[in-house]
Amino acid sequence: MPGLEDLYREIILDHHRNPRNRGELAPPASHAVGHNPLCGDEIDVYLDVTDGIITDVKVGGQGCSISQSSASMMSQAVKGKPVDEVRALVRRFKGMMSIPDEDGNPIEPDPAVKLGDLEALQGVVKFPVRIKCATLAWNTLLEALEQG
Amino acid sequence: MTHSSLDIAAVKAQFPLLQRELNGSPLVYLDSANTSQKPRTVIDAMTQFMEHSYAPINRSAYQLAAEATDQFEGARTKVRRFINARRDHEVVFTKNATESLNLVAYSWGRANLAAGDVVVLTEMEHHANIVPWHMLVQEKGIELRWVPLTDDGQLDLTDLSTLLDGAKAFSFTAMSNVLGTITPVQQLCAAAHAAGAIAIVDGCQYVPHNITDVQAWDADFLAFSSHKLCGPSGIGVLWGREELLDAMPPFLGGGNMIADVRFDGFTTAPLPAKFEAGTPPITEAVGLGAALDFLNGLGMANVRQHEMDVAAYAISTLTERFGDDIQLHGPCNVEVRGATFSFAFRGIHPHDLSQVLDQRNVCVRAGHHCAKPLMRRLGVNATARASFYVYNDTHDVDVLADALDSATDIFGF
Repeated sequence: MPGLEDLYREIILDHHRNPRNRGELAPPASHAVGHNPLCGDEIDVYLDVTDGIITDVKVGGQGCSISQSSASMMSQAVKGKPVDEVRALVRRFKGMMSIPDEDGNPIEPDPAVKLGDLEALQGVVKFPVRIKCATLAWNTLLEALEQG
Repeated sequence: MTHSSLDIAAVKAQFPLLQRELNGSPLVYLDSANTSQKPRTVIDAMTQFMEHSYAPINRSAYQLAAEATDQFEGARTKVRRFINARRDHEVVFTKNATESLNLVAYSWGRANLAAGDVVVLTEMEHHANIVPWHMLVQEKGIELRWVPLTDDGQLDLTDLSTLLDGAKAFSFTAMSNVLGTITPVQQLCAAAHAAGAIAIVDGCQYVPHNITDVQAWDADFLAFSSHKLCGPSGIGVLWGREELLDAMPPFLGGGNMIADVRFDGFTTAPLPAKFEAGTPPITEAVGLGAALDFLNGLGMANVRQHEMDVAAYAISTLTERFGDDIQLHGPCNVEVRGATFSFAFRGIHPHDLSQVLDQRNVCVRAGHHCAKPLMRRLGVNATARASFYVYNDTHDVDVLADALDSATDIFGF
């Protein structure tokens, strides 16, 4: 069995204890709610998008340390970024989580897309039941982008 | 307090899976409210049946088929005795308790409920006893009313007669899968009948752990699963009062449930075949019968006493070691609860707790336990749940407590 230190890296626990960009944005910000039906986790993602740039992002909801820290890191990583860069980041992140693309093929890592702190979540892949925790915020982000 | 006469080490020795070690240490299986492990006698009975007696039931004339039919129907008799029902044909084999409850809602509900009719549920039901009724709200426009909870997780019966006034059915759990609460089934059945409603008992958590007597309860329906009482998955039971089952339209259509089929229609077979369309889970019925033999061998009074002992030990150990850092949901009085504990611990999310406990081979469930309305009532979106059965002992409680301490090390609260 892989050790818990692979999962609960210090940077993850830090984001869990001190989540960044917590809160809500008022309409007309787009808002999506993601559920993990297995464990009951819920995540709210609010986005302000102006001229193709995510100018502000807030995260709400309740969840485990993995889903919360992933949401926190996600919010830091996308704030101020163009939407197309963000979509590329989501793709890179999902690839790291061993999630296949729309056609069921593995996603090859795009070296142009930098993960930064998000690499700390790499260990989640060793705990397959937790992959859904890590990706919840990212899927919710995509839903919020669709609304925008 | 009296103590159970069961030798738990000897009981546990009969469960092959519980002898397994993972990463060099023994398993501590605390997820029996989810599904239970299987004793050697159940595994052997199913293997023996498949190796020697397996054949279609109720439809072939040869000796082997007759043997298989006898064993299948023998299991039905064992179920009837286990729950003290009057007649074998009041016992309908289904897929699981969920299907049993759906059968009642679909067949009895569609035949007997119209717009504005009231069905009463409780706030501690799991989804299997909620969603089939919600479907009737959508389809027929029936009204649902909910019996509320007290702060210690029991049913608040203060306004029960008002809630039941004019109701057609009262469907409730005999034991909560989240809180462990055992409800006063006999009293609830009497209250339902006094209001002119039928009483539907969800027994999937209760039946594995207690003496069940549908006649003493004066219930109308009882649903439970095999897989939670040491039997195989894939088979469940719906017991119903004969006159109710007789009056109900069939549920699934197909082979075995018909007396005759013509180009212009069909007539149904008598009970219980009327509700058993298609080839049933034959081997699983034999396994269920073996599981009931196993439990009868232990004695359900002993099983219940043992679980009261373990529950009392768990409550005292966890509260003495962790004080206010642990919050146990549900009543503290073991007379009105089973050994199923949902808890919150030091602000650590249940999913993280279960991950850390898994490192010590302690298997607990984390999540909403298929009871999201109850989770909202408790003001949480998930809990961790440790549920004990007849193969767990007080040592397992100690291992759980030690493992909880190790969660604190990681999360540093």
